[in-house]
Amino acid sequence: MTTSSDNRGKCEILLTVNGKPESVRVYPMERLLDVLRHELGLTGAKEGCGEGECGSCSVLMNGELVNSCLIPVLQAAGANLTTIEGLAHGFQLSALQAAFLECGGAQCGICTPGMILASRYLLNKKPDPTLDDIREGLSGNLCRCTGYTQIFDAVAEAARRRDPA
Amino acid sequence: MSVEHIIGKSVPRKEGRDKVTGAARYIDDMTLPGMLHGATVRSQIPRGVIRNILFDPRFDWNEFVIVTAKDIPGENCIALIGDDQPCLAEGKVNHPEEPVLLLAHADPHLLRKAVDAVSIEYEDLPAIFTIDESECRSQLIWGTDNIFKTFLISKGDVDSVWAKADYIVEGEYTTGAQEQLYIENNGVIAVFDVVQGITVWGSLQCPYYVHKALMALCRLAEDKVRVVQMETGGAFGGKEDYPSMIAGHAALLAMKSGRPVKIIYDRLEDMTATTKRHPSRTRHRTAVGRDGKILGGEIDFTIDGGAYATLSSVVLSRGTIHAGGPYYWPHVRIRAKAVATNAPPHGAFRGFGAPQSLFAMERHMDRIAQVVGVSPIEIRRRNFLKPGQTTTTEQTIREEIDLGRLLDRALELSDYTAKKERFAKEKAGPIKKGMGIAAFLHGAGFTGSGERYLASVVGVEGCADGSVRVLVSSTEFGQGTNTVLCQIAAEALDLTYEDVQIAQPDTNQVPNSGPTVASRTAMVVGNLVRSAAMGIKQTLIAAGTLGGSYSPEEFRAACRDYISEHGQLRSLARYDPPAGVFWDDREYRGEAYAAFAWAVYVAQVAVDLSTYTVKVEDFVALQEIGRVLHPILAKGQITGGVAQGIGFALYEKVVWQNGRMQNGQMTNYIMPTSADLPQIRVFFEEMGNPHGAYGAKGIGELPMDGPAPAIVNAVEDALGVRFDSVPLLPEDVFEAVSVGVEG
Amino acid sequence: MRSNPADYELIAPGKLQSVVRLLAEEPDEWLPIAGGTDVMVQYAAGKLPARKLVSIWNLPELQGIDVQPQEIRIGAGCNYTQLRENEVIAREFPLLASAARWTGGIANQNRGTLGGNIVNASPAADSLPALLAYEAELILVSIRGERRVPYLGFHTGYKKVQLASDELIRTICIRRAFSEYFQYARKVSARNAQAISKVCIAALGRLRGGVIDDLRMALGSVAPVPLRLTEVERIVREKAVEPELAQLARKATAAAIQPIDDIRSTARYRSAVAGNLVVEFLERLRDSGKTA
Repeated sequence: MTTSSDNRGKCEILLTVNGKPESVRVYPMERLLDVLRHELGLTGAKEGCGEGECGSCSVLMNGELVNSCLIPVLQAAGANLTTIEGLAHGFQLSALQAAFLECGGAQCGICTPGMILASRYLLNKKPDPTLDDIREGLSGNLCRCTGYTQIFDAVAEAARRRDPA
Repeated sequence: MSVEHIIGKSVPRKEGRDKVTGAARYIDDMTLPGMLHGATVRSQIPRGVIRNILFDPRFDWNEFVIVTAKDIPGENCIALIGDDQPCLAEGKVNHPEEPVLLLAHADPHLLRKAVDAVSIEYEDLPAIFTIDESECRSQLIWGTDNIFKTFLISKGDVDSVWAKADYIVEGEYTTGAQEQLYIENNGVIAVFDVVQGITVWGSLQCPYYVHKALMALCRLAEDKVRVVQMETGGAFGGKEDYPSMIAGHAALLAMKSGRPVKIIYDRLEDMTATTKRHPSRTRHRTAVGRDGKILGGEIDFTIDGGAYATLSSVVLSRGTIHAGGPYYWPHVRIRAKAVATNAPPHGAFRGFGAPQSLFAMERHMDRIAQVVGVSPIEIRRRNFLKPGQTTTTEQTIREEIDLGRLLDRALELSDYTAKKERFAKEKAGPIKKGMGIAAFLHGAGFTGSGERYLASVVGVEGCADGSVRVLVSSTEFGQGTNTVLCQIAAEALDLTYEDVQIAQPDTNQVPNSGPTVASRTAMVVGNLVRSAAMGIKQTLIAAGTLGGSYSPEEFRAACRDYISEHGQLRSLARYDPPAGVFWDDREYRGEAYAAFAWAVYVAQVAVDLSTYTVKVEDFVALQEIGRVLHPILAKGQITGGVAQGIGFALYEKVVWQNGRMQNGQMTNYIMPTSADLPQIRVFFEEMGNPHGAYGAKGIGELPMDGPAPAIVNAVEDALGVRFDSVPLLPEDVFEAVSVGVEG
Repeated sequence: MRSNPADYELIAPGKLQSVVRLLAEEPDEWLPIAGGTDVMVQYAAGKLPARKLVSIWNLPELQGIDVQPQEIRIGAGCNYTQLRENEVIAREFPLLASAARWTGGIANQNRGTLGGNIVNASPAADSLPALLAYEAELILVSIRGERRVPYLGFHTGYKKVQLASDELIRTICIRRAFSEYFQYARKVSARNAQAISKVCIAALGRLRGGVIDDLRMALGSVAPVPLRLTEVERIVREKAVEPELAQLARKATAAAIQPIDDIRSTARYRSAVAGNLVVEFLERLRDSGKTA
């Protein structure tokens, strides 16, 4: 939890990021996106719009998909965060990452970290999604390159792999 | 044809792993020690004389690096074609958001406040904002007549056809501006060193364009400017020429401060200040015979270029050449012009003039069909270009393209006929459905003498470890440059795909293979990659270290040996224009493009008359593209392009007020989400292409041309109401259908 | 990012009592921030007037959906995902469930709260017409205690609510009285997800003997506040839904609303579509078979 030294200045905030405890000394109104990128060097989350429309800043906070550009870091104190950097196990890509690679789900790649995390969140809730479920689950992540079709293919493929039966 | 082992396969994207793990490095992921942030103070008025620049005394301006036009060592312009665009406004501004001065500071938050603390006083001048206003010349804002460029295409004797016409069909069609909306905003980092000169890293399409612009702006020799492309999060033409401007700004700040400078735009600045698709107006007047065959016609094509010429002449060129569509015009006169208005200059966006003129052509074909009393299918079938016939620029179609058969296949894939009949009967209820088609072509590569002028050079080299590296300035920004060029090299050398890498585009390391535009990379640059690859193979064979046939291991060994002995194994290939290909720049006549790709797109729409919204329910995109080099990448290009085309047709409106974009945010500039697009069904045909690598034709821009006219044709089919303009919003549908319903 | 974090204070006392005490002791100093999906957008744009914020995110006293026999009590701090996942809301309050589904994208539904939506008071907010149609009541809390007010009339003008400067919304209460009604909600916007509405309707009704027995209708985005169409309801009550009645309803709707031209749409479009939605609701009510 926070140990607030001075309301007017920075405070120490403890987070768990990709399983690792982190402590940052930041202003409480720093955006979580900026803390991830600048304090923790986790540049996978991107700023595409700064207003929670494009989803390229999405991360998982306590397992929930959120737009990190809209979260003051104080509200993430004590939270468990998952970023794109936390999905692969060493050299082994997650099923989603591998599927995005194989199905053409990533073109320019800038929406990809957020898109993969949104897909992960969707599959956590609906391991066997219909096409409409996928459409809805990703409707907060804008992609300008793909027209979405191959992203849907990737998510469907990853769903198939997690449940090979 | 021998069986290829890598071409035609969907190999993994070369940089794909980095993209799915978050390891890919875009410009904003990069920092340098001692780096300052840079920002731009911009004009808030569309046109005026700068009277005074005031710095709020509550700031300590000594802390800031301040750059004005006076600090520019070389020419105050962004060198491109006409060189009329200043890097920083000096004395006058000609559009809202025009850069006036630059600031840098280590604290980006303080910098933001400082930008707002500079106020500029102007003497306002009257400004103009539309093609009509520009044409009437009540204000001359550029040159003597507000006209950046004109073209005239004249084939046959148009004046003779009117008397013979059974029908004369007229129409006027307009398209609005469109924002490229790459998800990664523009950004650069610049560093200056007295010995090494300027180095710029950035999100960009054309490193050598930036290189040329910086040489002129900073008065530096060729070897004192270095431009490096970082991973780029989408571009679509929006990072073709604009990066020269932002790089110029960062370079000036770096030169003045002696520190690295990073400039990253936020979404609002990017949308309001950078380039958009040129708005257009096309007027058709066509003489048609009783059988629906086009006898001849006049086409008047005008585009709005914004305040400076920048790329307008080239956009105009492509739009003009495509204005006649895939049809046979025995006689035609095409008058085209690009005009000036007081908006930020418009620029490149996928399609580059062709989506504009082809929208008009394909709407007009449906109009002709109505007048003549035949179906949209028949009218096209009767007018399609056939092998042996000539285009509007008198280029002979040499390949055995059968557009009628392509049309038939598209109709079958979309179930067009049955659906159209069914929809015509289903009149009850608020949902009205319709089918629409668009037939079109897209020329790949630079127009006419353009490729000759570019004189692209490509390198392929062997590396000390035996692998091979492709050296091009062609950039990856999602379309698959890295993957396809490595495929080509691997195929040419009989290696595995993993044996081949591609160098990061760095003007210190790679030759100038031309800009990454005009759908030329796979086709033109790919062919050069193939040549250069063959070059190193020939070297090894000539050196006796490689036989005529070999395994990848043998190649790698030979490569290692050669390099350890000679130090370098490199081959360069330079563009060699194909023989017998003529283009007359003055008459605008001849072989405009080395290859055309051909397409027929079919849209099925449902219009809900309770809300006046148009939904695309099904979309078939069928195209002949020479050769599918990589099925997943090719399909991805078409799907993505169609999605942007659907946006162009139904969603993406730039709201202007006094030359400034009012909806410069993602909440208010509407691009389709995953919930808005149908499954876009993509089909290919392959006829080969003697001028393209492994028979490929360029496809990057093709898909942009078809969706808007196909969709608007479908809406007219659904409602029986004419729409001649895009974007077509529900509010526009409402106004059209409610005429006569209420008082 | 057009604001400097160093210029702002944000504290998270963690208990409702601490928050209301702060709001009472330092009046007009502290802006409550829940999920931040509105406040943080203003902040990033450099347009947030407040400099001191107090977090009410995850305050336990504002959580939970309490299902009572007569009414459902929704904590103001419930987010849209929680609303969507609640079985009773899905079954008995589909207007609210739809609105939750239409608000933003998934990530914003995980953070946006019903209380925040009410207090932000955008006339385009998706859930507000539903609350009007359901005749919700709000429990407001301050250092002085709690008071319960009808939601109708809570909005007094564009982005103005009847909330004292030291008050928070604690609970949104809705009577479980509408499950047998025909319910109809529709949002009209520029695209199918992540779009601010151009017009939206939340309505419910039932028939008796072929005429309209009872109904409620509310519209968003057609006035400075979310609008309950009381006058239109009065005109159609006790009548059979026929073309003439539909025309009257359409005219009365046009008279009741004050749509504007703005960056998203036009007044004429909004007016026409509002009329279409009201007529569509009445026709579907007629065909619904839902009787008293």
